[in-house]
Amino acid sequence: MNIIILGAGRVGESVAESLVSEKNDITVIDTDPQRLRTLQERLDLRGVAGNGIQPSVLEAAGARDADMLIACASADETNLVACKVAHEVFSIPTRIARVRSPEFKRGSKLMGTEGFAVDEVICPEESVTTTIGKLIEYPEALQVLEFAEGAVSLIAVRVVSGGPMVRHIISELPQLVPQVEMRFVAIYRKDDLGNDQRVVCDGTTRIEPGDEVFVLAATQDIRRVLDSLRRRDQPVKRVMIAGGGRVGLRLARQVQRECRVKLIEPNLARCEYLTTQLDSDVLVMQGDSTDEDLLEREQVQDVDLFIALTNDDEDNIMSCLLAKRMGAKRVLALINRRAYADLVQGTQIDIALSPSQTVIGELLAYVRRGDVEAVYSLRRGAAEALEAVARGDHKTSRVVGRRIDQITLPRGAMIGAIVRGGVASEGDTGAVRPRQVIMPHHDTVIERDDHVIVFVPRKRQVREVEKLFQVGATFLF
Amino acid sequence: MNSPLAVIALVGRMVVLFSALMLVPLAFALFEHDAAEQHFITAIAITLGVGLVMSLATRRFLRELQPRDGFILVTLTWLTLPAFGALPLWLAVPGLSVTDAYFEAMSGFTATGATVISGLDALPLSVNVWRCFMMLVGGLGIIVLAVAILPLLGVGGAQLFKAESAGPLKDQKLTPRMAETARGLWTVYFGFSLLCFLAYRWAGMSWPDAFMHMCTTMGLGGFSSHDLSFGYWNSPLIESVAMVFMMLAGVNFALYFVAWRQRSLRVLWQDIEVRAFYTVVLSTVALIAVYLTVQGVYPSFAQSLRHTAFHVVSLATTTGYASHDYAQWPVFAPLLMILLGCFATCAGSTGGGIKMVRMLLLLKQSQRELVRIVHPNVVNPVVLAGNAVSPRVMQSVIAFMMMYGATLVGLTMLLLFSGLDVVTAFTAVIACVNNIGPGLGEVGPAVNFASLTDFQTWVCTFGMLLGRLELLAVLVLFTPQFWRN
Repeated sequence: MNIIILGAGRVGESVAESLVSEKNDITVIDTDPQRLRTLQERLDLRGVAGNGIQPSVLEAAGARDADMLIACASADETNLVACKVAHEVFSIPTRIARVRSPEFKRGSKLMGTEGFAVDEVICPEESVTTTIGKLIEYPEALQVLEFAEGAVSLIAVRVVSGGPMVRHIISELPQLVPQVEMRFVAIYRKDDLGNDQRVVCDGTTRIEPGDEVFVLAATQDIRRVLDSLRRRDQPVKRVMIAGGGRVGLRLARQVQRECRVKLIEPNLARCEYLTTQLDSDVLVMQGDSTDEDLLEREQVQDVDLFIALTNDDEDNIMSCLLAKRMGAKRVLALINRRAYADLVQGTQIDIALSPSQTVIGELLAYVRRGDVEAVYSLRRGAAEALEAVARGDHKTSRVVGRRIDQITLPRGAMIGAIVRGGVASEGDTGAVRPRQVIMPHHDTVIERDDHVIVFVPRKRQVREVEKLFQVGATFLF
Repeated sequence: MNSPLAVIALVGRMVVLFSALMLVPLAFALFEHDAAEQHFITAIAITLGVGLVMSLATRRFLRELQPRDGFILVTLTWLTLPAFGALPLWLAVPGLSVTDAYFEAMSGFTATGATVISGLDALPLSVNVWRCFMMLVGGLGIIVLAVAILPLLGVGGAQLFKAESAGPLKDQKLTPRMAETARGLWTVYFGFSLLCFLAYRWAGMSWPDAFMHMCTTMGLGGFSSHDLSFGYWNSPLIESVAMVFMMLAGVNFALYFVAWRQRSLRVLWQDIEVRAFYTVVLSTVALIAVYLTVQGVYPSFAQSLRHTAFHVVSLATTTGYASHDYAQWPVFAPLLMILLGCFATCAGSTGGGIKMVRMLLLLKQSQRELVRIVHPNVVNPVVLAGNAVSPRVMQSVIAFMMMYGATLVGLTMLLLFSGLDVVTAFTAVIACVNNIGPGLGEVGPAVNFASLTDFQTWVCTFGMLLGRLELLAVLVLFTPQFWRN
């Protein structure tokens, strides 16, 4: 696939990085030739220097043959105009724009082909805010991801003794926690050297304290799933946010009703702006988040969740470590560099969140072929969970009309949940069936238009799963 | 130094226009053939003559005005027009001294409602019409002053703040041109006036009474054509109509204009000043109604609610109507009602006093200081309707409050010095500076300001002027810097 990426900033770089490894032809446009050169040296791609809204620059980047434009320059207006030019002049079929302003909504008339011609809007700030919002709602979880418009969730959680499932084998599940349908899709356990190892996950696997488990369940059951794996934590009531940038502001705005929020921001003018945007009981503090005295004075020891969201990875790590040392119950650091994120996960820092990873999940769904609705990177890109739609019929598809045990999945991959009905299928005039979430067994038969959620332990196996869900050539003609 | 002359030329023009306004009472006088017919013709002739002389003699000095001239213009206007307004009163009311006539006209023109005349019912109809009509004109002047002129001069914390801020309050600058803005506000004002007029008539007043009380309600003045004020009718329906329009006139008129433009009442509902105004007034009504019932002042709760509601609204909006001698109530109630009049109305309304927006800013400022003690690093500028209020504006609001306090104390001391008792002196000053009208004691609702000596009357007259022009616009004239070139 020919992909043009506009903007070699942090988001652009991460996008390029994850797409290059999937055998795409990537051209990156940026105004800074130096930056392009370093990127070219590191990754197998082509750089074109220039302003990406100019047709000549886009042409030089190969816009005539491009399949997709991903505009993630820093300014909204650049991205919007680039999509328009790509559509009008070069007819690039898929155009994705990163838009920070919440006023430009996906699917509005302004974004249609008459307007800016943007097929898909991505907003890293919004994705990160949603992710953190979930973690505040479910303080026990490490990660909560939604599939099939929120019907099913994948929950990552570290097991702690106290829950009814702990130290039992998976096949005992129905007796131990009746009424809750859930499916363990992966278990990671520390070996003697302290490295996480994937444990084979079948009916005989025993769940031990300290395990990091991935569970699929209907979204309304999340609470009960968490309760079965560990004793319930206190709900998050006091939150301290370090860094009042875009994400900090969005997050504070989102949780200011439920929690008591303290926000630390070094820039005075920004502080003043924040106070005008937030409720008056949010306390905006001017200062450095790594300032011990400040943290102590603001009673960081009583904080349920300390969230470091500055632009500086090192600051985020250090302030989280400091807060944890001083007694904050849990700490979350926003970390852009993947190496750092891997380094700190599971140490003193409870959760390391990588903003580019959360966006890339969204993006990958559009890049991938087949009917893939959503893709999420798990464990910072090592494993993936994807939601694919089963199209075609028994003849053209390799999944429709087949039992689970007849489908040949890559090693370790697992079909975790099926969402059936809820949407009118194409050409089907009958009444819409109510949506149901099925936890499949070996004899469950996949039907047309089912949304199938597949867990893939190794990233390179994703392609095989995608091929599996592609319909055969005869179906198209 | 020719600036005073240029201002005088403008004031002269205004005096000429003012003489035309006297045609309204003259029309009533001609229609009724009452005793004041001749006096109004004399007054119009004098006013017109003086106005023409003033403007013609100084015509050659006329030039583009500077902001500094604005202060002189505003103060001079509010000094001169009452003088001519007093003329027909002085001529037509037997035994009225010059001091008292000027006090009465100033009270009308500043929409205060304090009166020195007893036996109102016996006065010629046209004289009463003129007293009340000055309040309608005064109210109009106040709105234009508050929305258009004071911000231009850069005084008055609330107005300054509104001119500077972005966001919803920016709509204060309703149209790009000031003439347009003034026209819009007048339309709203006269629209409400017409409604009020018809409502009073419908509720049972005679046509002339409905007209006069419409004038004094919309200007939040409080003059009446009867000694008993609203006690003359003793009708719950008329009192309700008065309450509705007083509450309407206590709101920033610019908001009505915006609401009408947007075809939605949301802007009114969301304005925090309006919300605070209504909350404060309604909760005080509830509090005093319960208090009076418990104290046994009225036999039933319904009765005490009726009287409480009317008087709280009347005093809080700085109108000053009375239907009852509320001075007889336990002193807590009337004093609370008068204090409410110091700050309850919104900026940009026809009400007087500190204005709700300044009060909100001060409350937020105090709250902010308290938070700061506990969290030294906190950044919490005063935020009003999503805008940070600049320290510069806060300073001007605090300075206003200082001067307001100093004015109250200073004028009260003057009245005490002249021999008044404490309650009378203090409430008279509050009633005048906040343009409420009646006070307590010797100037209570059942009596009036007639008992004051000439000196005391002048002090009160000055108080009304100061309060109406929001202190700073007048006090700046007393600084040496202002007059230095």
